[in-house]
Amino acid sequence: MTGKTTLTFALMDAPFESARSTTALRLLDIAAARGFDISVFAYEGAVMQTFALQRPHANTVHGRSAEEENHFLPKDAIAALFDAAKRHGGSLDWVNCGLCVDERGAGEAIAGVRRGTPADFWKMAEASHNTLVIPTRD
Amino acid sequence: MKTLNIIASAYRATVEEQDDPIVWICHAMKGAGAQVDVLLRGNAVNYAVRGQSAKGLAFGGWTQTQPPHLEHDIASLCNKGVAVHVMVDDVARRGLTGVPMVDGVRMVPGDALPALLAGYDRVWHW
Repeated sequence: MTGKTTLTFALMDAPFESARSTTALRLLDIAAARGFDISVFAYEGAVMQTFALQRPHANTVHGRSAEEENHFLPKDAIAALFDAAKRHGGSLDWVNCGLCVDERGAGEAIAGVRRGTPADFWKMAEASHNTLVIPTRD
Repeated sequence: MKTLNIIASAYRATVEEQDDPIVWICHAMKGAGAQVDVLLRGNAVNYAVRGQSAKGLAFGGWTQTQPPHLEHDIASLCNKGVAVHVMVDDVARRGLTGVPMVDGVRMVPGDALPALLAGYDRVWHW
């Protein structure tokens, strides 16, 4: 382990269902802004966070077109986190659990995301100063 | 890096995954050489109860042929050398005192948790 701060996060929640997901992205944003090396292991529904086919939509209840609504898409936030980490001298290594991807047919991920296994999560954690798991709750 | 995985959320996706995802990932990480142990607390203490069966799930003409076997999955973890601790206090709160538990699990009272947790480099609360 180098002197540079390295953090690992394990995420479980699918997007659009829990505030834990956006809280996790806030934490990643802070870590990226500090130039940390960040590893993320997306487990179960969290593999959908980087699903490339997420699409914005209009919202008639809000009275806004798709362009006006500018719907939040986790994949875009995560793409921005990749850029932010690099811009601040750090890195973001995002690993989707491969079996979880297969279960969900979620193979189309945004650029920068790689497929892995729980062994990758363990290696990430071992190489990190600390690890935070943000699991799905009842 | 010795890590304790605390499982509190019980029966989370067990029907769909045909196992508990955290018990499963502990099996997988142990297989990859990780030093992992488990603490069952809250409703998850029921994972260690013997005699469970989730058989018989059917939707229309579709029948689940491989239901989750949590009791077996916990016993299998123990057999792989993973220490599986069960919170005695949570067992008692659920009226499970004296109910047969999986061989090999270690019953731990709440006041022993600080010492237990101090023995680990990392504690992950799933």
